[in-house]
Amino acid sequence: MMLESIQTSLSLFQPEIVLCATVLAAILVDLIFRRRPVIVAGTVIAGLIVTAVLVGAEVGVRARIFSGMYVLDPFAHFFKFVILGSALLIVLFSLASKELKTAPKRLGEYYMLLASMTLGMVLMTGASNLLMMYLALELTSISSYIVTGFTREARDSSEASLKYVIYGAVSSGLMLYGFSILFGLTGTLGIYELNQSLLSMPSINWTALLIAGVLALAGFGYKISAVPFHFWTPDVYQGAPVTITAFLSVASKAGGFAMLMRFLKVTFIDLASSTQLASGIWAMMQGINWPLLLAVVSVATMVVGNFVAIWQDNLKRLLAYSSIAHAGYMLMGLVVMSNQGFAAVLIYFVAYLFMNLGAFYVVMLVANETGSESIEEYRGLGYRTPLVGVSMAIFLFSLTGIPPTFGFIGKLYLFAALVNQQWIWLAIVGVLNSVVSLYYYMRIVRNMFLKEVDGRKPLVPISIPVPSAVLLIFLVIPTLGLFLYFGPLVDVAQAAVSMFGF
Amino acid sequence: MSFQILGIGILTWLTFLPVIGMLFLLLLPKKSADAVRWTSLVVTFLQVVLAALVYVYFSRSLGGINTVAGMQFVEKATWIDIKSVAWFGRVHIDYFMGIDGISGPMVLLTALISFVGIIASWNIEKAVKGYFALYLLLDTGMMGVFVALDFFLFYVFWEVMLLPMYFLIGIWGGPRREYAAIKFFLYTLFGSVLILLAMLALYFSSSVYIDPQTGVFLAAEAGRAMGITPIHSFNLIALMDPTNFTPGSLLAGIGTSSRYIAFIALFIGFAIKVPIFPFHTWLPDAHVEAPTAISVILAGVLLKMGTYGLLRVSIPIFPDAFRAYAIPLAILGVINILYGALAAMAQTDFKKLIAYSSISHMGIVVLGIAAMNTQGVSGAVFQMFNHGTITAMLFLIVGVIYDRAHTRGLNEFGGLANQMPKYTGVMSVAFFAALGLPGLSGFVSEAFSFLGAFAVFQTLTIIAALGIVLTAGYMLWTLQRVFLGTLPEKWKALPDINGRELAALVPLAVIVLFLGIYPSPMLNMMNASVNTLVKFVTPVTAAAALGF
Repeated sequence: MMLESIQTSLSLFQPEIVLCATVLAAILVDLIFRRRPVIVAGTVIAGLIVTAVLVGAEVGVRARIFSGMYVLDPFAHFFKFVILGSALLIVLFSLASKELKTAPKRLGEYYMLLASMTLGMVLMTGASNLLMMYLALELTSISSYIVTGFTREARDSSEASLKYVIYGAVSSGLMLYGFSILFGLTGTLGIYELNQSLLSMPSINWTALLIAGVLALAGFGYKISAVPFHFWTPDVYQGAPVTITAFLSVASKAGGFAMLMRFLKVTFIDLASSTQLASGIWAMMQGINWPLLLAVVSVATMVVGNFVAIWQDNLKRLLAYSSIAHAGYMLMGLVVMSNQGFAAVLIYFVAYLFMNLGAFYVVMLVANETGSESIEEYRGLGYRTPLVGVSMAIFLFSLTGIPPTFGFIGKLYLFAALVNQQWIWLAIVGVLNSVVSLYYYMRIVRNMFLKEVDGRKPLVPISIPVPSAVLLIFLVIPTLGLFLYFGPLVDVAQAAVSMFGF
Repeated sequence: MSFQILGIGILTWLTFLPVIGMLFLLLLPKKSADAVRWTSLVVTFLQVVLAALVYVYFSRSLGGINTVAGMQFVEKATWIDIKSVAWFGRVHIDYFMGIDGISGPMVLLTALISFVGIIASWNIEKAVKGYFALYLLLDTGMMGVFVALDFFLFYVFWEVMLLPMYFLIGIWGGPRREYAAIKFFLYTLFGSVLILLAMLALYFSSSVYIDPQTGVFLAAEAGRAMGITPIHSFNLIALMDPTNFTPGSLLAGIGTSSRYIAFIALFIGFAIKVPIFPFHTWLPDAHVEAPTAISVILAGVLLKMGTYGLLRVSIPIFPDAFRAYAIPLAILGVINILYGALAAMAQTDFKKLIAYSSISHMGIVVLGIAAMNTQGVSGAVFQMFNHGTITAMLFLIVGVIYDRAHTRGLNEFGGLANQMPKYTGVMSVAFFAALGLPGLSGFVSEAFSFLGAFAVFQTLTIIAALGIVLTAGYMLWTLQRVFLGTLPEKWKALPDINGRELAALVPLAVIVLFLGIYPSPMLNMMNASVNTLVKFVTPVTAAAALGF
């Protein structure tokens, strides 16, 4: 019986097993082919593709495996695709990065660590047990601490890495403390069981539950860089290699959001009184006012992210603050506690994947040539290298949320969810924030197109190798194209929000 | 009626022809500046031809406004249709276009001004290809706004227009162009997001019945009788029917405070574009910094979108809120008229003067709309058209002198009448039209607007009429400063207006003269729709309450 369940579990765990094998294979390949990091990268790419195919084969399966430690459902699959997709893109970015070549001896390790980060994130999407959640989070974090400090020679990088470790340790400690209170209250760690246990209790110590909830939120908030747990973000994003910054800003955030959404919904939903479940709006347990708590965090995150970004001159730092702001937008989708809001977050993540990675990719290409991420380097870029300038402008418009870009559809669905649930004040704060964000995104566009190119510097085009140009165009196409035709994607996202009914 | 070319509706051609031209243009080699110019000219000329066809085949008897049957050249196709998920309902966005007597004149105006703008852009030398590509994209955005009947489509065009405008001001503008461009962008985006929220609120409050067989919208009662599940809709015409709202939803009912708030949100969005005081401060900056042709587009077409939005969206969807706010709206109109005129009087920069005069003239449109009677609204729509042509001329005129003298300081000129006689002639037509001289088109529309407004707001209209005196004051004073007096030594060599500049100005001057003497062609075009709108917004009882 036990053996049988493990066997079924293992057969459904194939993608993750392949990813584990990829990590090991990367280590081996690195040992065998010393100083040939391209081969390691190739191994990782192959591993990621196989994983993605296996996840694809599992689409439609709903199961809880390993005695409820881990779940497979459309929600997890959706996020797995986002994470695997961004991991794949990041490996391709890394191949073109000159910054990483400053440490050629350890480049093999770098790809191995990317794979193990990816494994951690994939596990985050399906974790349905507090312990599993914690382990997945730590696996991601520990791998990312190392890669953040990867370009050891750069002072920023070491500082960033250290900051990241300290913040990470504190917040995961807080989260663990919260989890232990939850365990103490209910005697169980599985979140589905937690929910039943909480609901069946004749009386609950609400203070303890609130403390546990807030502490757990600290851990998740750290991962998605929500205010006030965001302080590590700008330094880490600035110090880390561009590729890692991009990866952290998309995939790591996706993992964090997946886990937070599952944790919130599954643990605190009031299934008994959620008669409206079919209508997609669910009731939460009495006691903790999650919507208001999340709304406050969301507003703080948007406002801090957007207003601080205005003053940044380093593009990596600017995009770091902008990614904080985007976490704030996405949190709005959680506030409404409805399927619609969750679907909006999923849609937003797809948009965010393309536009944010695209923007970081441009930053990397420019830094490759100039060695700097200063906004000054972008002066006249639109004339020097029109392809890069125009692509960057499209990504930035998409990040602002202006048609005709997919970013607009993402924002549209978020605001639609809010308006539909009559969270009008939050919607107003949200839209005003996107007006603010226009200002700093346009500062980059202004430098690229509007500034007179001064005579001091000759107009040097940035040389873009053909593969990089192809990759750039590959990122631009969905950013524009999914605006014109977003129906199927929305269908998929809407089908992917259910987390019950195994 | 529908009118197709190669199986594609004429409104689609009108809207997307510039984009086709843009794609073609991007394929041209970088050096061939002339080929780029001629391509753009041909494309916009074809657009004028199409607009002329629309004018010829336009039925003068159909009302439009709140009925699909009253719309002309209708094109409808499903754009996005996401089948039902129980908790979301069906998402349905149509590619829905059509025009009536309100949008018809605007379509003509857009085509005309875009064509004239290309002629005025001939001397652009910097990044020619980029300029004309963005220009044509802008053209598509503007045309799209005037023909869209689906709110989502309308909004997309409305936003799409911002991007090229930002670059056109920001790259090809004057010394403070960066500031002007971002100010324009921030202001309009602020307005747009408010429109977006109101749009979403409308969407989720609506419940529209679609016939599953034909895909046609049904009346609520008929739909219920057939047992169809209603869906949310962005269809502007469906949203005008109060029975198409889910009972108990946010914007259902009549005269609720949520409806007032939504009306105000839409109003701010549109008011920024008009611009209505106190949202006008972006306009002088944008105008002063923009290159001549872009100023022409900005004043000629973009400002009209604000008032068009009021007529197409705000007022028919929220007639209750409009009736409640008619007086404040009229007051804002009067402020615009007087403030714009007084500010214009204080300017020494020629272009800034024209910019403020635009604010003043758009105030007349707002006043006419606020009156909401046949004369007032006809006057307003006609004034939108006339202001488009007249102000376009004024900005072209400023461009002519600036190209020669490289200054716009009014006090630096004088006595140009002898030096540039042809220029003086054209400019006089434009100036007298702007100050409302009888016999020129501006007079007719201003007179109608004031006539309509006087029937409803006597005192306000009397105050507003002071604006005419002020306008005459600054216009004549400007004429005097530029053309009369002694010619300064440094301008002795200024050449007169050339053929290209005349080619841009003369068609506009002819239209201004013709419509001044014989306004019927335009008035007939809009008459049925204006009456429908007025009847729809002020039903008999409401009209009686206002004291008609």
